[in-house]
Amino acid sequence: MSSRRDFMGYALGGFTAVGGIAALYAMKRSWDPLPSVKAAGFTTIDVSSAQPNVLNVEKWRGKPIFVLKKTADMKADDRDVIVGSDRFHVSIGLCTHLGCIPAYKPDDHKFLCACHGGEFDASGHEIFGPPPSPLEIPPFRVDGTTIVLGEAGPDFKKMLDAGLTV
Amino acid sequence: MANFEKANSFNQWMDQRLGVNTIKKVMQTEYWIPKNINFLWAMGMILAATFGLLLISGIFLLMYYKPDVNLAFDSVNYIIMSEVGYGWLWRHVHGVAASVVFLVIYIHMFTGIYYGSYKKGRELIWLSGMLLFVTFSAEAFSGYMLPWGQMSYWAGMVITNLFSGGSLEAYGLVEWIRGDYVPGDAFLTRFFMLHVLLLPLAIIGLIVLHFGTLRLPHVNNQDGEEIDYEEAAELYKSGNHKDSKVIPFSPVFLSKDIFVMGVYFILFFYLVFYNFQFAMDPVNFDPADGLKTPAHIYPEWYFLWSYEILRPFSKDLGLVAFGIAQVIFFALPFLDRSPNVAPASKRGLFHIWFWLMLLDILVLTFMGKLPPTDALFANIGLVAALTFFALWIALPIITKLEKKL
Repeated sequence: MSSRRDFMGYALGGFTAVGGIAALYAMKRSWDPLPSVKAAGFTTIDVSSAQPNVLNVEKWRGKPIFVLKKTADMKADDRDVIVGSDRFHVSIGLCTHLGCIPAYKPDDHKFLCACHGGEFDASGHEIFGPPPSPLEIPPFRVDGTTIVLGEAGPDFKKMLDAGLTV
Repeated sequence: MANFEKANSFNQWMDQRLGVNTIKKVMQTEYWIPKNINFLWAMGMILAATFGLLLISGIFLLMYYKPDVNLAFDSVNYIIMSEVGYGWLWRHVHGVAASVVFLVIYIHMFTGIYYGSYKKGRELIWLSGMLLFVTFSAEAFSGYMLPWGQMSYWAGMVITNLFSGGSLEAYGLVEWIRGDYVPGDAFLTRFFMLHVLLLPLAIIGLIVLHFGTLRLPHVNNQDGEEIDYEEAAELYKSGNHKDSKVIPFSPVFLSKDIFVMGVYFILFFYLVFYNFQFAMDPVNFDPADGLKTPAHIYPEWYFLWSYEILRPFSKDLGLVAFGIAQVIFFALPFLDRSPNVAPASKRGLFHIWFWLMLLDILVLTFMGKLPPTDALFANIGLVAALTFFALWIALPIITKLEKKL
């Protein structure tokens, strides 16, 4: 008798657990970013008219993108994006500490984050304060005088393999 | 079918069907409160009343608020503030109450710490109270998102980024919480849901639990005296109110509560009508802009102390410190190794510990408000953050050494 009751208990509990887990999965999926959000992923930036040492801020996936044409006297870096004969610093303009937007100081050639005082040099390397890592480089592909964001081209893959960005 | 006699009064009719007289006895007329207390014991009912105000004002705001990134800002700052009759009243009551409720929560907590009202049978009161504090914090944060101003957006950005776990770089989790790469429409609507439904439901449930945990151990008193409630209750019920150490919760204690509440509400409505600006950050009157960070991002005053614990350390260490600071108060009943339930003033080293902790939280709060650029203040913040942890490490040791009273 008791074993039959146990069986009913286990059966009920088992089905409830399966249903509960399925419901949790549905809830998790409902919180996922929508396909339309994920698909709106590509931005093309024309850099042919960029001025040296003037920061352009573009938008990609809702995030600010820093595009900075380097002057000849600014230090070259492995993280530079080369378009034709020019070197560009391209990065996601969010401080790697907690995601504020650093401001560019053209005279000092550095980025300064107002939230917690973090600083980055003109190649995006962290040089002061709490940021734990350099500014991130978004997936990019160089196409003539344009940079396509959201697509991983050969130059980006090289940086990724060299561990220069995440 | 149970046997029901014909009722002679409405009260008897209700009592037969719902046991209202028993409920009234258990929860009011024979729920005994010690006489030896002071106005600090009224903070619980003040919190309940303030929550009531938040609920009522929130219901009216809900009628015109639009949880949509294109409409939210204007629905608050234009429709509710300018068009809706007395819309400004609900908004200012809601904003002021959300700020003041944390002041009272902190007073309530430190009262409990001072008088040792978290141990020897009162652990669950403390734990359920801490759960309420955490849920209120989440409620305050989710509500702060809704006007969709600059501070809403950037606070949302910074706080959700905390979930990336520093070097763990769990950006998938952050994007999952937001439902987008950055705080957007999905983010706003889900925090709206949390703010108006799930979290208030949790809060109401926890308030019931918090009251429930109080019923058997009873509230503490100014001397931590153990009272024989049955004896004291008999004395009171026999008519000897003077010699009994207790009074019934309702109507006697409640009428004292209501007096304190009256004083509180004078201050509260003074703030609502004449000094509401402190609860309305001017930066949040700029619409959210994902391409422009405000010059200085800081949380509302009640989160400043834990924010300041995050700030002076490197990213990973800061996150760990912040995480510990959020939950360490839960451990208070277990880190206090002393058997004494007594006011801090009678507990030797613990007396110093209490005032140092209160002072440290105040210093952290003031430092958290200042911009991060000044080295002197950053160092004071660092020392205060380290002191916070040193105090928690010292607590089990000094309470173990404490003499039994």
